[in-house]
Amino acid sequence: MLIFFYLFAAAAVLLALGLIVLRSPVYCAMSLVGTFLCVAAIFLLLGNEFVAAIQVLIYAGAIMVLFLFVIMLLNLRAEVGKPMHIGVPQLLGVAIAVGILAQLISVFFSAAAKLGPLGEYSGQRVAEEGSLAIVGKLLLTEYVVPFEIISVLLMIAVMGAVVLAKRRPQQHVEEGS
Amino acid sequence: MIPVPHILALSAILFTIGVTGVIVRRNAIVVFMCIELMLNAVNLSFVGFAYGMESMVGVMFVFFILVVAAAEAVVGLAIMLEIFRMRNTLNVDEFNLLKW
Repeated sequence: MLIFFYLFAAAAVLLALGLIVLRSPVYCAMSLVGTFLCVAAIFLLLGNEFVAAIQVLIYAGAIMVLFLFVIMLLNLRAEVGKPMHIGVPQLLGVAIAVGILAQLISVFFSAAAKLGPLGEYSGQRVAEEGSLAIVGKLLLTEYVVPFEIISVLLMIAVMGAVVLAKRRPQQHVEEGS
Repeated sequence: MIPVPHILALSAILFTIGVTGVIVRRNAIVVFMCIELMLNAVNLSFVGFAYGMESMVGVMFVFFILVVAAAEAVVGLAIMLEIFRMRNTLNVDEFNLLKW
């Protein structure tokens, strides 16, 4: 199981590097889908099949299909052929990112040293009851207010997207004539 | 049992790759994909902590973050379509509508 974790972790990091190195947006999207699938496999290894399923369905499925549709709608071919520009700002950006990585790793390792089983949901109990049953029960009891609020948020997001992406009437007249 | 610090380290590496992409890349859609990668790295750290602490709170947070990420992707891509119609480019260096 440990071997599989390191395998998927290495694949996720490599594919994520592909996201920032590859030139074509479509290749970037494909590499991001691969990263999401590897992370979903890691969620599965951690015994959380519900999160793994929604990761595949929503991230790798819905969101990335949305991205691919937008890439298809916008003609981006002009920007594909150009080589990657590496100058002082880019190197500075990488240096900042490495600083953030060092900070994150130091924080995570100090917190992880103090980490112990605190909750009531042990891996064995989750495996017995099923993570989907536990998540469903919690969503409709303890977290029912945020659950209702995100449904409103989703509705607002859909309405906002429709309003934003709709063609303006005067543009329509110009193109029609 | 997978060691929790290793899960968190993977999450930190993925987050850093996302940050690097946001800083280095100039294509707005790729920048947006890097933001999604960062959100996913945060999800991974939540699940890692939930796994180590035997709690379900992290998983609930992942659920809510996922919904917010979906909403953000929908609205962000709609804005990007509108900007592309106006400017005919997706280079983030040329988006200077709010500059004066």
